[in-house]
Amino acid sequence: MTDVFNIGLALLLLGLAAWTIVTRALFVAIAGFIAYGLLLTLAWVQLHGIDVALTEAAIGAGLTGVLLIGAAGRLRHSAAALNLEFPSMQVRWLAGLVSAAVSIALGVCVLALSDPAPTLAHEVAANIADTGVGNPITAVLLAFRSMDTLLEAIVLLFALLGVWSLAPDQSWGGRPGLRQQVDPNGILAYAARVLPPLGIIVGTYIFWVGADDPGGKFQGATILAAMWLLVIMAGLADAPPISRTWLRVGLVAGPLVFIAIGFIGLYSR
Amino acid sequence: MAEYLLAAAGFVLATVALGLVRILRGASAADSMMAIQLLGTGGIAALLLLGAATGEAAVVDVALTLALLAAFASFAFVKAAGDAAGQDTKVKSDR
Amino acid sequence: MSSLIDVLALAAIAAGSFFFLAGTVGLLRFPDTLTRLHALTKADNLGLGLVVLGLLLQVDSVLAGLKLVCIWLLVLLSGACVSQLIALNARRGDLRQ
Repeated sequence: MTDVFNIGLALLLLGLAAWTIVTRALFVAIAGFIAYGLLLTLAWVQLHGIDVALTEAAIGAGLTGVLLIGAAGRLRHSAAALNLEFPSMQVRWLAGLVSAAVSIALGVCVLALSDPAPTLAHEVAANIADTGVGNPITAVLLAFRSMDTLLEAIVLLFALLGVWSLAPDQSWGGRPGLRQQVDPNGILAYAARVLPPLGIIVGTYIFWVGADDPGGKFQGATILAAMWLLVIMAGLADAPPISRTWLRVGLVAGPLVFIAIGFIGLYSR
Repeated sequence: MAEYLLAAAGFVLATVALGLVRILRGASAADSMMAIQLLGTGGIAALLLLGAATGEAAVVDVALTLALLAAFASFAFVKAAGDAAGQDTKVKSDR
Repeated sequence: MSSLIDVLALAAIAAGSFFFLAGTVGLLRFPDTLTRLHALTKADNLGLGLVVLGLLLQVDSVLAGLKLVCIWLLVLLSGACVSQLIALNARRGDLRQ
């Protein structure tokens, strides 16, 4: 029975992926992509990767859909220009060949993996008592490889600087993005008033429960970000101007606290 | 019991995947959003049933996250459509 | 006794699955956006509600049961908001890309 379910899910995923690539209508492809993310969540659960399933649910099915639809909305005006730029036959053949080559290379790598696969799971299991958490993924992300997590946070800061640098000179220091014009008594505003408090509770819960059960900072942070995105979309609050000191202090405080905790750990032994 | 739950999960999933046909037939954007909403709810039901079938308690957290974020695509779509039309999301009704 | 609870749970889950089927058939066969929206919300409310009811009978702790009910209430809330928004858009005009 499990096999039947898994095979059905896999076929559905493949069919949906193929069709999302092939379809011409932009919006239909986005809807297919969101559906693909939803089904992928189920696939991860069946593969016993609950943490990854949580991440896929938060990012793939939730946040990425919002980003793609926003982008598609902006592309609508230049749809005519897009159609004029349709690549020539040679370019398309080349793209197809390169994609096929990459797929074959990936397939060969996957099939050539040594059996049993090399793994550090035993070392993690042996040393996890020192970290004080029960979830091995959290132990790896926040204790054994915490340097990676810190560098991720710093890379996010760089990405933010990159986005800020796209501002035209006369707008530097102002709010990133336009002020949203939404009816304050409408349904979207209502949803943006009711959902974020629940989202904050759920996001904090998922972060907290990641210590011993599937969960963690990544998924919790995504939920918090999504809630704030909803508030901005409904026009209930605006993104703060980037010249505000408290914003810059808040952005830098994250990695600084991380480093400070690291040093405290170093000197408290 | 677990077998029945797994079968129910498969049935719910297959059913809402039929809703994908709605998108396949090149329907309007609103229909695509409805199919996504149905798939989201069906996905949540399938996740809960799978979690009960395998005894994995954490799957309920995945369903909780999905329930929270499932509507976001529709919110974004309505926002984008409203922006394109140049008006806010309130229809001038006779109320 | 526990087998009676199992049977009740399975009956509730079967009924919920039926409503999912009804919602999908409605989505595919009804003629117009507003009627399709009506079918969709039946899957949200009754489909998921009956499935949650069936699973509640099987749950071991209060917290787990509370989480299940919370999920259902969240889906109801967001489903209601989304339905209203889609209906407003449908009234404003066709949205074919």
